[in-house]
Amino acid sequence: MRAFTAAYSTLVEAWSEFRVYRARVLMSIVGVAVAIMALTAIAAISAVAQQGVVEGLERGQGRPAMLNISAPYSQDGRPLTTEGAFTEAVRDGLARYEVRYWSRQGYAQPVIQGLPADANLGGQLVDPDYAVMFRTRLASGSWFTEHDADRLVPAVVVNEGLWRLLGSPDLRTHPMLHLTSPASVDAVIIGVAAGGDEHFAQLWMLFDAYRALEPPGEPSPDAGSTQYLAWVPPAVSAELTERLAADLSRVVGDGAQVQVNRQDYQSVSGPDPLLFLKIVGGAAAGLILLLGALGLLNISMVTVRSRIREIGIRRSFGATAGRVFAGVMMESVVATTVAGVAGVMVAILALENPLVIGFLHRQGLQDVPAFPLSAAGFGMLVAVGVGALAGLLPAIVAVRVRPIDAIRY
Amino acid sequence: MPILALEGVTRAVPIPDAEPLHILRGVDLVVDAGEHVSIVGRSGSGKSTLLNILGLLDEPTSGTILFDDVPVRRMSAADRDRRRGREVGFIFQQFNLLPGRTAAENVATPLLYAEPKRFWRRRRLALEMLDRVGLADRADWLPSRLSGGEQQRVAIARALVREPRVILADEPTGALDVDTGQAVMRLLDGVARDSRAALVTITHDPAIAALADHRHRLDGGVLHPDRAGVVAR
Repeated sequence: MRAFTAAYSTLVEAWSEFRVYRARVLMSIVGVAVAIMALTAIAAISAVAQQGVVEGLERGQGRPAMLNISAPYSQDGRPLTTEGAFTEAVRDGLARYEVRYWSRQGYAQPVIQGLPADANLGGQLVDPDYAVMFRTRLASGSWFTEHDADRLVPAVVVNEGLWRLLGSPDLRTHPMLHLTSPASVDAVIIGVAAGGDEHFAQLWMLFDAYRALEPPGEPSPDAGSTQYLAWVPPAVSAELTERLAADLSRVVGDGAQVQVNRQDYQSVSGPDPLLFLKIVGGAAAGLILLLGALGLLNISMVTVRSRIREIGIRRSFGATAGRVFAGVMMESVVATTVAGVAGVMVAILALENPLVIGFLHRQGLQDVPAFPLSAAGFGMLVAVGVGALAGLLPAIVAVRVRPIDAIRY
Repeated sequence: MPILALEGVTRAVPIPDAEPLHILRGVDLVVDAGEHVSIVGRSGSGKSTLLNILGLLDEPTSGTILFDDVPVRRMSAADRDRRRGREVGFIFQQFNLLPGRTAAENVATPLLYAEPKRFWRRRRLALEMLDRVGLADRADWLPSRLSGGEQQRVAIARALVREPRVILADEPTGALDVDTGQAVMRLLDGVARDSRAALVTITHDPAIAALADHRHRLDGGVLHPDRAGVVAR
């Protein structure tokens, strides 16, 4: 009861101080709140920027962990299996480990009727999961589904560069293009992928749909021209890499060695690609916080000086040095904690509102990161820490002053 | 048994490049329960220093202070603080009311450091005390709205709210006109007697000093009996 009363009475005292000196307390709260808001906002902005970099890397190299399975060759460069057989082996092997996302990736040189001669058209042959695995962004329309392989008229997705070369047709009209290679056939454009220009026209087709267009009777293409990609959880990627390589090598037989490697950015050793962003973000946040803390310390010191007489009067009533120390510290910590809560709330409201999220989506960010709880927690921790540090010096001053000198101050 | 006893107390402060300044020289003083002691002296004679030593706010350079026969030197700083809060009530010349707090809040302030029983009843105790000094109707007034005499009465209520055994008054009428000063002093004397608290008044006003049971004169740091019957030794 005594300890509770002591703690509660210290709170009562701090509240009384707040009431009387609220302008000064609010001033210090505002300063710290702005600093904490900036700190947490910078952490969140840094997270958004890092996500942007990560998504860029993932578009190029695939999302972690991206396994690249290579078809085996003999020592003299002769393929050891056919594309069809190896595809089945990979499909079965991945199914055994319940790998949900996988895709083949092949390159082709289709020819589109009526396209300018200098159009640098590239073709990619993929499976439906490819878009998820490589964060392919669609400007309009849709990506492939499993059912698109059964279409009588093959479906294609084009990039914005090719779409403009084709006259920017409205996808709602199911626009067609005419391929002259690998076969003379019409294809329907179902989606437009973001990016590309007139000099970088690209077209995606489903792997099996493209192979079906190739002239019958031609020798089955070898599997070596095709990459097999699987998106697996990073935690099990190392184990899966070994097992898949062993399983597939055994299936191919003849002593073949199937290579399985990770190809995403996280598998590359060397400097952290996000290190620069982290350093810049951290430095900016630290600087802002330092300014906020110095402001608070300044206000606290001035306050204690102006309150010396009052502290002396309280000492004459029996306030112990410990009580005075706790009071001054508590005032500072409570103020910065309140400031921290306010700062974090404002930062969350500022960055988590639909306007900002919509803007980020329009800038190409697929997965806008949720407000990092770590940033909010860190902001609160820093707020309390700053309060304790900024309160320490005035508290020491308040305790060291002799009551008799304080009363005469 | 005396509440407070000073034996050969001296107080000197060091002066840079000079001899120490001796403020008190071998002061002996006994304050018994319920008695009214006055100490008169000119400005700079060491009156306030003596009062602060009596109130455990200051420490002597040498000599002994006994509080309930216990040497103060043996007490820890926190013990002295707690004993001061519990046993001693201060009244200052400039009232020293806390700005921005009402009269009732000012009177209740010492109870923030009191035992739980008094702390939780602080508002009621403060109002009772204000009633005793005739300021029940000013309980929610800020000090800035009170007259000098009213402010000192609030200060008296504040000094007495923890029912101390010793009240130390430093020039309690120094900032008041003569009539108000005498009224305040009569009130202080009466409330102290009702509470059976010892009252030590420091003043340069002989009329105020004359109200005391025992009178002393501080001259050049030396305490003399002001007239026969004084308990100075």
